[in-house]
Amino acid sequence: MARTVLNQADITRALTRISHEILESNRGSENLMILGIPTRGAVLARRIAAMIGSIEGQAADVPVGALDITMYRDDLSRTRTRTPAPTHVPGSIDGATVVLVDDVLYSGRTIRAALDALNDYGRPRTVRLAVLVDRGHRELPIRADFVGKNLPSSTAERINVHLAETDGDEFVSIEGGAA
Amino acid sequence: MRHLLSTRTLGRDEAILLLDVAEDMADVATREVKKLPTLRGKTVVNLFFEDSTRTRISFEAAAKRLSADVINFSAKGSSVSKGESLKDTAQTLAAIGADGVVIRHPASGAPQVLADSGWIDAGIINAGDGTHEHPTQALLDAFTIRRRLHGTASRGKDLAGVRVTIVGDVLHSRVARSNVWLLSTLGAEVSLIAPPTLVPADTSAWPARVGFDLDEAVDEGPDVMMMLRIQAERMQDSFFPNSREYARTWGLDDTRFARLRPGTMVMHPGPMNRGLEISSAAADSAQSTVLEQVTNGVSVRMAALYLLLSGDREES
Repeated sequence: MARTVLNQADITRALTRISHEILESNRGSENLMILGIPTRGAVLARRIAAMIGSIEGQAADVPVGALDITMYRDDLSRTRTRTPAPTHVPGSIDGATVVLVDDVLYSGRTIRAALDALNDYGRPRTVRLAVLVDRGHRELPIRADFVGKNLPSSTAERINVHLAETDGDEFVSIEGGAA
Repeated sequence: MRHLLSTRTLGRDEAILLLDVAEDMADVATREVKKLPTLRGKTVVNLFFEDSTRTRISFEAAAKRLSADVINFSAKGSSVSKGESLKDTAQTLAAIGADGVVIRHPASGAPQVLADSGWIDAGIINAGDGTHEHPTQALLDAFTIRRRLHGTASRGKDLAGVRVTIVGDVLHSRVARSNVWLLSTLGAEVSLIAPPTLVPADTSAWPARVGFDLDEAVDEGPDVMMMLRIQAERMQDSFFPNSREYARTWGLDDTRFARLRPGTMVMHPGPMNRGLEISSAAADSAQSTVLEQVTNGVSVRMAALYLLLSGDREES
């Protein structure tokens, strides 16, 4: 049975807090670039950029884009062929503070691939990581700087993230496991 | 996708997927590092039994941009000139550990034989076989048309309603065949214009209209005018009296070019015979897509290599 962990209001609150935390750690929106990992990370990135814009006023127009990591995965020859999603990097990332955004942080392999991909676009000053859900079970030395919700889970469980833009409804649920 | 042998068997969704992946591959060329690590550790063999520069270079560039290792094999100066059979060549490549084979062969159906024989367990890409097909050329043509029409909003779109006129030696042209199948699968209306001696005996099963009058075709104002190369190496019969007469009747000369709608794309798969099937003014105009076709060729071939060689090949 799927158990809802976050509802729409919870998700919005978590993203609002993350947006404030990003601004706090960066001391404003200067030099900031938000890059989401498709599909849902890109949606979350756009929301966070919009929130930062409304917090800081019209002076802050934060560049936001999408960074597809399909071509950088380490399991390409182990699974079926994946269809890549478009990448859109708004301007040069040289010297910028890049915030990567994803929906769920799990093994850390996606983020490893994203760091490799970023490397091919230029040299950012710093790279931060924001995720809606951190479910643990890291396989690489990677951690998130901004976390919407820590969700201890077993590897047998499944985390579903639905967002209005991609799925019509909006919630985070956990299912499977001990049963 | 396991092999890419023809466009005739390519479905609409598969074709659009390939073109969409090619869009992502095209973006790579705009980055600081124009290379992806995707096919690291894979070996691609360019197996060319027929002369070709641009197709081979294009495949080589595509494979290298995906970090694959490339081995170029041309029949000249190889064991093939000593009489080695296709089977032995294929088994040699399999023993070397080739993951992908890009083959060009003067015999129609050679890539199919390679794919079906079981001699080699690699992904096979047809880079032109006899007078049969040249699927990556058709895919890059479709990609070029789609990009000119829709720009950055191309992803997911087909070519519904686009009127394409293909002019020249249809009889010997694998480019024309691949384009007829692919463009009509994508919804385009294809017409073929050729000297009656250079039309296949039976085209009734082709999803294309056949005509003989280029002036009529020009005045219809097509969206795309695709000129085929007169392949001197295949002109062993007297298909037309001489090249001047061909140029006058079936060539896109300056006056015909001037009569085209300003928006009509002028395409040519290259290498061009300037002054024969296409005039210099037409080839160098803003309507000409000749150089875009070359650029897009690399992106399309990257997409084909990616879709064939990534993923668990046991499962596909």
